[in-house]
Formats: sequence, structure tokens, C-alpha cells
Amino acid sequence: MKKIFTLIKDTLLSQMVTLWGVFMKLFDRKDTVEYPDEQPYMFPRWRGRIILSRDPDGEERCVACNLCAVACPVDCIALQKAEMEDGRWYPEFFRINFSRCIMCGFCEEACPTNAIQLTPDFEMAEYVRQDMVWEKEDLLIDGTGKYHDYNYYRIAGMQIKGKDKGEARNEAAPVDVRSLMP
Amino acid sequence: MTVLFYLAGSIAVIATLAVIVQTNIVHALLYLILSLLSVAVVFYVLGAPFAAVLEAIVYAGAIMVLFLFVIMMLNLGQHTREQERGWLLPREFAMPALLAAILLGQLLTVISGTDHVIHYQRVGVLEVSALLFGPYVLAVELASILLLAGLVSAYHLAKKQ
Amino acid sequence: MNLDIGSGLTIALILGVVIMVSALLITVERRLLGFWQERLGPNRVGWGGSLQVVADMIKIFTKEDWVPPFADRFSFVMAPAIIMTVILLSFAVVPFAPNIGVIDSNIGILFILAMASLGAYSVMLGGLSSDNKYALLGSLRAAAQMVSYEVFMGISLLGVVALSGSFNLRDIVAAQEGLWFVIPQFIGFVIFLIAGVAESHRLPFDIPEAEQEICAGYHTEYSGMKFGMFFVGEYLGLVLVSSLITVLFFGGWHGPDFLPPVLCFALKSIVFIAFFILLRAAIPRPRYDQLMTYGWLFLLPLSLINLLVTGAIILL
Ligand code: SF4
Ligand code: SF4
Repeated sequence: MKKIFTLIKDTLLSQMVTLWGVFMKLFDRKDTVEYPDEQPYMFPRWRGRIILSRDPDGEERCVACNLCAVACPVDCIALQKAEMEDGRWYPEFFRINFSRCIMCGFCEEACPTNAIQLTPDFEMAEYVRQDMVWEKEDLLIDGTGKYHDYNYYRIAGMQIKGKDKGEARNEAAPVDVRSLMP
Repeated sequence: MTVLFYLAGSIAVIATLAVIVQTNIVHALLYLILSLLSVAVVFYVLGAPFAAVLEAIVYAGAIMVLFLFVIMMLNLGQHTREQERGWLLPREFAMPALLAAILLGQLLTVISGTDHVIHYQRVGVLEVSALLFGPYVLAVELASILLLAGLVSAYHLAKKQ
Repeated sequence: MNLDIGSGLTIALILGVVIMVSALLITVERRLLGFWQERLGPNRVGWGGSLQVVADMIKIFTKEDWVPPFADRFSFVMAPAIIMTVILLSFAVVPFAPNIGVIDSNIGILFILAMASLGAYSVMLGGLSSDNKYALLGSLRAAAQMVSYEVFMGISLLGVVALSGSFNLRDIVAAQEGLWFVIPQFIGFVIFLIAGVAESHRLPFDIPEAEQEICAGYHTEYSGMKFGMFFVGEYLGLVLVSSLITVLFFGGWHGPDFLPPVLCFALKSIVFIAFFILLRAAIPRPRYDQLMTYGWLFLLPLSLINLLVTGAIILL
């Protein structure tokens, strides 16, 4: 008798409870976000489309150090160093193949100048595969991205025209080695 | 009605012939099912709808499914077709064909003796059941005991030690 | 033309409506499943997703209709046609309203059982001719499942037959004038419901095509419109089982007087169709051996006892 009771409880009652529970879901709020009509909230640190930012003075931040290209696990960054007359380095071309990029963010971690940054934009689908390769013109933006105050040439000790050694922020004047003579 | 009867009857005969000469076993089974279904139609035309439907349910619907089931388990491939083709050689075929021809001749003489009018007599479900559970109840019970014996032995064979 | 049992117009109407409803169910089911899973379901094509079925049709018709070179061509092409034919034929005996139907047969229930048992061939041949191990496994399962559940389906109906004293579906509906058979035959109803799900192999009993275990089961190798026919055949089966439940246990076209009989029938059937979709959304799939054990050790004795008790009550 007890066995029959448990059988009925297991086979019928529990199924009925399940059916009722699922049926009541009809009146619940739906979790679907109707995407193209309704944009989902993207978090600021979402790793999406890659940009190259400029420093507060409006110059390119990238110094063509190639660290991002080295860090990239899928080797999708290619760039070539060039130098301006004032001694600044800059990338002659800077190319990211987004059909390979896995949005890992390692390039952003590796960059010493905060030039390369990932943004919360993900709508990058293209019909032609070649269109997934972005050049510097496509990547470079006019703003500072996520880091507003950082300016590499004002902080680092590198010498350029108009800023000699020792003139960077918090930088002591270079030591005159001859003054160290006993 | 008579046209239907002869049509279904000839389909049954042709399908049964095809069962014998088909080398692909699945196709042969399909022909057998076709033959059973046309026999069901013959029953219906003769006024026995109950028998017709039972023919379809039991023979075409259940027993043939089990046949097909067994064929699936046996994994018969191309080699069985060759084997079948071997059996269909005239040399192998002559003796059974001769015997069957004699039988057919006997059948024809027996049939030709009686008159050929087909009697359409509607036998409904109620009449069949009344007969089955009236005069023939003993036969029904015996048949069910036979089935029960089969059931018990199948259970015994399938039981784990 | 007059709208009467067996007139050409009625037959054409019934065929058209039944096929249309089954095709529409593709969308309806997806939307309902969505709601029951706290999603929205397809709502892009047309107003509220109503044209989704057209999109699906276009897709399925323009797909490549491929017969694998290793398949047994004859059986492979036959299989999807069988299921459509068999289920559409079953609709012939269903009484939709007092004057709407295809034939008025006094072996109606038996005819439907016969058609259901022939339906097993579609699934079996589909799997066997594909020459694919998953398809074969699927059709093996289908064969055993369908043959077993036919038994309980038949026996569970016998209570209704005994109460109404006829195999004719119209007589059965007429016999439910005062009391729907679901009340005296509740156990029969439950068994028929379960067996009906198993016969049309829909979730939770879609063991022959269990995606997670055996790809897509018997229709693994099918594509294009042949797959579409299996697909629509499944929905046709769903409509058939729902309308049969309505006819056999819920009084068919009987209902409040202000509703036309055929509307009563349709409403009741729609409730059952929705219920079957709910079953799909809610209940997980049992294992194959569980299904078999459940059928033979629980449903068979239960249906036999139900039949015995019904017979005893009628005799007393
Ligand atoms: S996000 Fe990762 S994969 Fe993409 S460019 Fe940067 S390092 Fe390479
Ligand atoms: S983006 Fe950053 S890491 Fe990459 S080359 Fe430019 S400065 Fe170096």
C-alpha cells in the first residue's frame, strides 16, 4: 500500500506540480532583451571593439613599442614604427585583424601608454571578411578613451623636441656624472 | 464492389509474388505488408469490416513490425542479396515451383466446381463478438491459453538469472 | 455545394484546415515554449511572429533535398510519405461536428488504431533505410515503443467502447450527451493521454529522436521537404491525438448552446494541443527502459483493471 502511495506521489503528483509551475511561467516577466530595438546595458569594462586613443594634447598615444603585438595570443596586431622630427615615435601603420581577435584584452594590459583600449561596442559584423581588418584610420579616435589625464611624454623620461631630459613630471634633473668625481 | 474485390485480390497475388522474387529483404517485407493490406481490403469488400481492420492492426501493424524489428537487428547487407539471388536460380526454383503448380491446379479445379457469385454479407462487430463468445468460446479460451504460454515462456527467457 | 458528411467540399475543407493547423503549430509551439521558458519566442516575422511559419516553409522548400548515396532510395523516399498519409487518413473518421466529417464508419476506433499501427512503418523504414547507426537506433526504439503503447492505447479505449456500445465515433459522441466520458473513464483517459504522447513520439516520450543521445534518431539523414514531412507529420499526430481525446472523453462537439458545435470541438482540441506543448515544456524525457517498464508493468495492468471494472459496472 505504501509502495503504491509513493508510486502515485512520484509519478502523478510531482509531474502535476511541475506542469502547474511551468504553466504559471506564462504570466512571469520574460527575460528576453529584444536586442536591435532595445539596446542591452553594456558595462564600461566590457571588452569589445578596440580603439587607439590620443593623449590630452590630442597627439597619438601609441609609441609603436610592439608590446601589444607581442602580447596578442592570436597575433592579430601588425604595426610599423616611424619617427617624427620632434623625436616622437608613432606607428606608420597599425592594423588589427578583427576576424582573429578574441577580445582577450591582453593588448590593453600590455600597452605602456594606455593607447590601445577595448570598448563596450560589439556590433562589428561584416559581410566581407576583408572588412574585418581595421587600419589605423579606423582605430584611432579623437578622445582619450578610458584614461583621461595620462600623457606618456609628460611622464616618461624620453627626450623629444621641446622637452629635454629631466623635464618630465616628478623627474629629477639628470645627474652630471662628472660631478660625482671624488 | 466486384471490381474492388478483383483489384485488391490481384494486388495481393502480385505483391505476394514480389515477396518471393525480391532480393532486397526490406522491400520484400514491404510487399508482404502490401499484400496483407490488400487482403484486408478484400475482407472489407466481402462485408467483414471487423476482420479487415484486425488484419491491418494485428498482421500488418504488429507482426510485420516485429519482423522488421528483427531484420534491423540482424544487420543484413549486400551479401544477403547475393545469397537470395543464388536461391532464385531456375535450378533451385524448379522443384518448389512444380509442387506449387500442382497445388494451384488442384485449387483451380476445386474452385471451378462451385459457382462464382461473391456473397456480400455484412458481418458487423457485434455479430462477430457474439459468435466468438457464444458457440466458439472454447476456441477463444484455448487460443488465449496458447498466447499465455508464449508470454510466460518469453518472460522466462528474458528474465535475468 | 452542400456542407455534409462526405461531400467533396467538406473533405477538401477538412484536409486544408488540418494541414494548415499543423503547419501553424510549428510557430505556435515555438512561441508557447518560449513563454513557458520565460522567453519571447520567435516574434520578428510578421505581426507578433505570425508569419514565422511562412518563413519556415520557404526555408524548408528551398533546402537541398538530398538522398544519401548509401541509403536505400525506395524506402527512404517512402517513409515520410507514409506518416503523412496514415495520419491524414485517420482524420477521415473523426467527427468534427454533427454534419462535418469525411466518413461515418462503424469501425472508426479500430480504423484509427490500424492507422496508428501502420504509422510505425514510417519511423522504422526511415531509420532502416538511412543506413546510419543513430537512425537505426532511433527506429529500433520507435518500433518497440510504438508497438507497446498501441496495446495500452487500444485497451484504454475499450472502456469508452463498452460504455457507448459502439466503435463508431459519432455514436460515442452522441452517447456523451449528458455526461462526458472523462468522468466514468478517468483512468482510461489518463492512459490514453500517455499512450497518445508515446504514439506520436513527442516529448517527453520522443525517445526515438532523442537529440541529446542519438542525434535526431530516425530522421538524422533527412533534409529539406522530406524532413519537413516528418516534422508536419508529428504535428498532425498531435492534432489527431488532441481531437481524439476531445471526441472520446470530452464530448466532442457537445457544449454550450450558443457556440456552434464545430467551434466547441475546436476549442476543446486547442486546449489539449496546448496541454501537449506544456508537457513538452515541463516534463523531462525518461530513459528507454524506464518507458518500457512503465508501460508494461504499470499501464498494462491498470488499463486491464479499468476495463474489468467498467465491464463489471455495466453488467451490474
Ligand atoms: S584583444 Fe587580445 S586578441 Fe585582440 S588584439 Fe588584443 S591581445 Fe590580440
Ligand atoms: S598600442 Fe601600446 S603596446 Fe601597442 S605599440 Fe602602441 S604603445 Fe605599444
